[in-house]
Amino acid sequence: MQGHDDQSLLTWLPRLRRYARALAGNRDDADDLVQDTLERAWAKAGLWSGVADMRAWLFSIMHNLHVDGIRRPKVATVDLDDDTPEIPVAPTQGERLAVLDLQAALDQLPVEQKEIILLVALEDMAYADIAKTLGIPIGTVMSRLSRGRERLRALMEGRADPVRLKVVR
Amino acid sequence: MNPSSPITVADLHAWVDGHLAAERAREVEAYLAARPEEAHRVEAWRAQKQELRSLFDPVQDEPMPARLLRAARPRTPWYAQRLAAAFAIAVVSGALGWSLRGGLQDGAPRLAQQAPATGIVQASAFAQRAAIAHAVYSPDQRRPVEVDAAHEDQLVAWLSKRMGAPMKPPHLQTLGYALEGGRLLPGGKGPVAQFMYRDYAGAKLTLYVSNEIGDLNPLGAPKPSGTGANQDTAFRFAQEGGVNVFYWVDGTFGYALSAQADRAELARVSAEVYRQLAGPLPGK
Repeated sequence: MQGHDDQSLLTWLPRLRRYARALAGNRDDADDLVQDTLERAWAKAGLWSGVADMRAWLFSIMHNLHVDGIRRPKVATVDLDDDTPEIPVAPTQGERLAVLDLQAALDQLPVEQKEIILLVALEDMAYADIAKTLGIPIGTVMSRLSRGRERLRALMEGRADPVRLKVVR
Repeated sequence: MNPSSPITVADLHAWVDGHLAAERAREVEAYLAARPEEAHRVEAWRAQKQELRSLFDPVQDEPMPARLLRAARPRTPWYAQRLAAAFAIAVVSGALGWSLRGGLQDGAPRLAQQAPATGIVQASAFAQRAAIAHAVYSPDQRRPVEVDAAHEDQLVAWLSKRMGAPMKPPHLQTLGYALEGGRLLPGGKGPVAQFMYRDYAGAKLTLYVSNEIGDLNPLGAPKPSGTGANQDTAFRFAQEGGVNVFYWVDGTFGYALSAQADRAELARVSAEVYRQLAGPLPGK
């Protein structure tokens, strides 16, 4: 038994949870994602001895589950449109407001940009490891990181009129 | 200063993320110094990164939901079965105590024989010392520990030296308890170690560790000749004032976990402590 013993999933748990929270945006969905990731990881425990980078392996499982989940929502959803009333938000002190802005801006990023920004920010993952985790070329990692960071900046500086993505059926 | 090769956008990101070699980083800094607009952009990226950390890092310290802990654990590990049985009986039988010895061999836990009174007295004195140490130090706001968790290496080295045995605090983050640090205390005969933890609400939990086995042999069982070690692992529960204590003996060590939490919570944490301490030890 070397590298990945029975406790290794427990030790990764807080970090998986942090990333999932940032990715999914709310606690329940995030914890569901973590739970699914752990179950998938145990189902594949036979492969652990061949896993050189446990972190890349676990985060890639989470990535796949998250992307699948977006493609096939478990719960029926209703698209918001211009007629949907906005939820009033009570003003809070400045610092808190800036943080909320970041979360709101983050939620407007396409998932492929968001994932890379989060792996860099929260996990301090090297670009090459991100490429491995997400199964994409490193050049793609760099261009998505670049576009994501610029888009996040534009959203937070209030310059970008958020693009409304209309789904064509 | 002319850069050795043109500065690319990739270089700017790598600079923000600290992935550049020192020399290239200096070239990027010189490049940015001459271009305020670029510098502003890069500064915004750096700020984003920092804000993301402050927004989501606290998630790591939130108490872990039981369903995730269950999902992270191996399906039916030997220790879970063993401890589940042990705790069920320890909770029911309370101070009467129960020994794992023998119970494991035939697969069916059974109550230990009535222990000699002296063993009980010594063991409860140990639990009482642990409870008092908890009550004395855990309310202390300014100096709850002698060496804090930021210097865990020093704490481990110091306690190990004074105790004459490896002393490493278990990590209980996954259960929602962060290590605050530790201290050395006088026990019945010599030094004992105390590790302190706190949960997200600030409630304290202390782990009291002693290797004065002669003082602890809780069942008064004869020591295996030649080793001087008590091979029993007995789980017991005691109450001292408002402090609940879960304690047990493993090999030459006695452990007591104290908190104002209820028995179930202490049992849950004890299981994790026991699991980590029962991990591979040198020569074991």
